[in-house]
Amino acid sequence: MGTHAAAQPTSVTAGAQTLPTRTGLLIIGASQSGVQLAVSLRALGFDEHITLLGDEDHRPYQRPALSKEFLQGTVESESLIFRSNEYWAEHNVELVKGEYIVRIDKEADGSGVAHASSGREFPFKRLALTVGARARKLDIDGGDLDGVLYLRNADDALALKARVGNATDVVVIGGGFIGLEAASSLHKMGRNVTVLEFGPRLVGRAVGEETAEYFLQAHRARGLDIRLNTSAARFTANDAAGENQNSVAAVELQDGTVLPAQIVLIGIGVIPNTQLAEQLGLAVDNGVVVDRFALASDGTTVAVGDVANMPNPVPGSEPGERIRLESVNNAIEHAKVAAYSLTGRREEYAGIPWFWSNQADLKLQIAGLCNGYDRTVLRRDEERGKFSVLYYRQGRIIAADCVNAPLDFMAVKNALAKGRNIPADAAEDTATPLKTITTDS
Amino acid sequence: MPTVHFTDAQGAVRDVQGNAGDSVMETAVRNGVPGIVAECGGSLSCATCHVFVREDCVSQLPPMEDMEDEMLYGTAVDREDNSRLSCQLRLTDDIELFVTTPETQV
Ligand SMILES: Cc1cc2nc3c(=O)[nH]c(=O)nc-3n(C[C@H](O)[C@H](O)[C@H](O)COP(=O)(O)OP(=O)(O)OC[C@H]3O[C@@H](n4cnc5c(N)ncnc54)[C@H](O)[C@@H]3O)c2cc1C
Ligand code: FES
Repeated sequence: MGTHAAAQPTSVTAGAQTLPTRTGLLIIGASQSGVQLAVSLRALGFDEHITLLGDEDHRPYQRPALSKEFLQGTVESESLIFRSNEYWAEHNVELVKGEYIVRIDKEADGSGVAHASSGREFPFKRLALTVGARARKLDIDGGDLDGVLYLRNADDALALKARVGNATDVVVIGGGFIGLEAASSLHKMGRNVTVLEFGPRLVGRAVGEETAEYFLQAHRARGLDIRLNTSAARFTANDAAGENQNSVAAVELQDGTVLPAQIVLIGIGVIPNTQLAEQLGLAVDNGVVVDRFALASDGTTVAVGDVANMPNPVPGSEPGERIRLESVNNAIEHAKVAAYSLTGRREEYAGIPWFWSNQADLKLQIAGLCNGYDRTVLRRDEERGKFSVLYYRQGRIIAADCVNAPLDFMAVKNALAKGRNIPADAAEDTATPLKTITTDS
Repeated sequence: MPTVHFTDAQGAVRDVQGNAGDSVMETAVRNGVPGIVAECGGSLSCATCHVFVREDCVSQLPPMEDMEDEMLYGTAVDREDNSRLSCQLRLTDDIELFVTTPETQV
C-alpha cells in the first residue's frame, strides 16, 4: 500500500487566513456502508488518507443481530464488530468514534470541512455520506415515558435488553421486519408479546400477500398475539405515585382496549438521514438522490446505503425507476460501486438485491424485488415447514420469498443474477428442484 | 491458541490466530482475510463464507446440519465433498485448521 497523508492536516496560509490543507476522504457514518467503502477503497489501492467517522461510541458493528441473536443473548457484542483495531491501523484508516457532524462547508471542487457538535473540524478533499437512517418516531401521548423504546443501534439494543428482565408484557408497535424479529426474540425469552399493526397485513409492501399471510399464521401459531388494523392511542404510566411513575405501564388502543406493557417497542420504519445533504444543497427525495455511480447531484459527493435514493439496480428495470433499499446486501454492493467512483472508475450499480430476516424458527430469504408482479407460484411443503412464493412479470421470474427453503432461494437468486428464467408452470411441482428447471431465456 | 491457515485460490497462505468459540468466518473477517465475504454475518443466509476444508481436518469438525447443506448448493463456486460454510465452524482450543477459499464468493 502506498503512503498515506498525515492524519492531522497541516496548515497553509491563504491571504490573512489560515486554512487547513484538505486531504483525503472523509466518510461520515461508520456502519455497514461506511465500513465497506473504506475496505473496498483499500482493496482497490486507494492510497489517500481515510477518516471513517461516526457518532456512536462503539467500534463499527453489524446491526442485523440486534433484533435477533444479540437480543436473545446467543451472540456476544464482540462477534458483531466488523474489523479488529489492528485491521484499521494496518490499512491506515483513521477511525473516529463519538463525533456527530452538524454542518459541512464545501467548495465546488468537492473539498471542504465538516464541523462536529463537539467543535472538532474534519477537513477533506472528498466526502462520502454513509449516514443511514433513523427510527421513525411515533408521536402520541406518553411517547416519552421510560420503557417506550426503538431499535436502530447498539445503544437501543442494550437499553431494551436491560429492561427485558423486569418485564412480563411487551407491546410491539409495527408488524414490519424489525418489529416481528424483536417480537419473536422477546417471545422466545418468555415474555407475553402483542404486536400491533396499523395496516391490514404484516410486513407492508416488502413481501407479497401470500407471504404476509403465511407469517401471520405462523407467528400466531407460535404464540404471538398479532392484531391487524389496530393502532395505539396513548401510552400510560402507573396511576399510583411512586418509583415507576415515569415508566410505561400500558398501551391504550384506539378502540379503548388497554394492554399492560412494561416495554413498548416501536418499529414503524425509518427516515433517511438527509439533514447534511440538504444543508449542502444536494438533491434529496426520500434519501440523497444519486446516479448509477453513487454520485450525488454535486457530482463529487458519494452517498451510499440506507441513505441513498438510487436508480433501481436490477438489470432491465424500467428506465428512470428509483428506489431506496434498506439492507446489508445493498449497503455492501452500493459501497463497492462508490469505491470505484472515488478511484475514477465508472462501474454502474447493477445487481439482484437480496435480504434475509430470521423470526423464531422462520428463516425468510428474499431474492429480487417483487414490485410489479402479475403472477405468483406457491411452493408449500407443509410437512417440512418450507414455503416459497415465486413472483413473475410477463412470464419471467423477478423475485422470490422463501421461508426455510434455501434451495429455492439460491436457485432463484442464481437464475436472476445470470438472467435465466424458471418457467412458472414447471415451478408449481414442489418435488422438482428449481435448479433443474432453470432455462436460458 | 487455535490457528486457521487460509490458502487463497492462487495459493497464497495466511495464518490467523483465533479465539476458541469464534467461528472460522469471524476469525477471517475481523482480520480482513480476502476470500471470505460473509454478508449475513454468520446467520446462515448468504453462502458467501464458503471454504474447502483440507481432507485430514474434516473429521475434527462438527457434522453439518440440513440448512448448511442446502445453502452449500448455492455457493458461487460449486461445492465439493469438503465444502463447508465457515460461519458454522467454531474454533476449539488448540485446533489447527487448513482451509482454502474459493476463487469468488459472489
Ligand atoms: C435491528 C436491525 C435489524 C436488521 N436486520 C437486517 C437483516 O436481517 N438483513 C438485512 O439485510 N438488513 C437488516 N437490517 C438493515 C441493515 O442493518 C441496514 O440496511 C444497514 O445497516 C445500512 O447501513 P448504512 O451504513 O447505510 O446505515 P446505518 O447502519 O444506519 O449507519 C449509519 C451510521 O451513521 C451514523 N450517523 C448518522 N448521521 C451522522 C452524523 N451526522 N455524524 C456522524 N455519524 C452519523 C449513524 O449513527 C450510524 O452509525 C437491520 C437493521 C436493524 C436496525
Ligand atoms: S456468513 Fe452468511 S452463510 Fe456464513
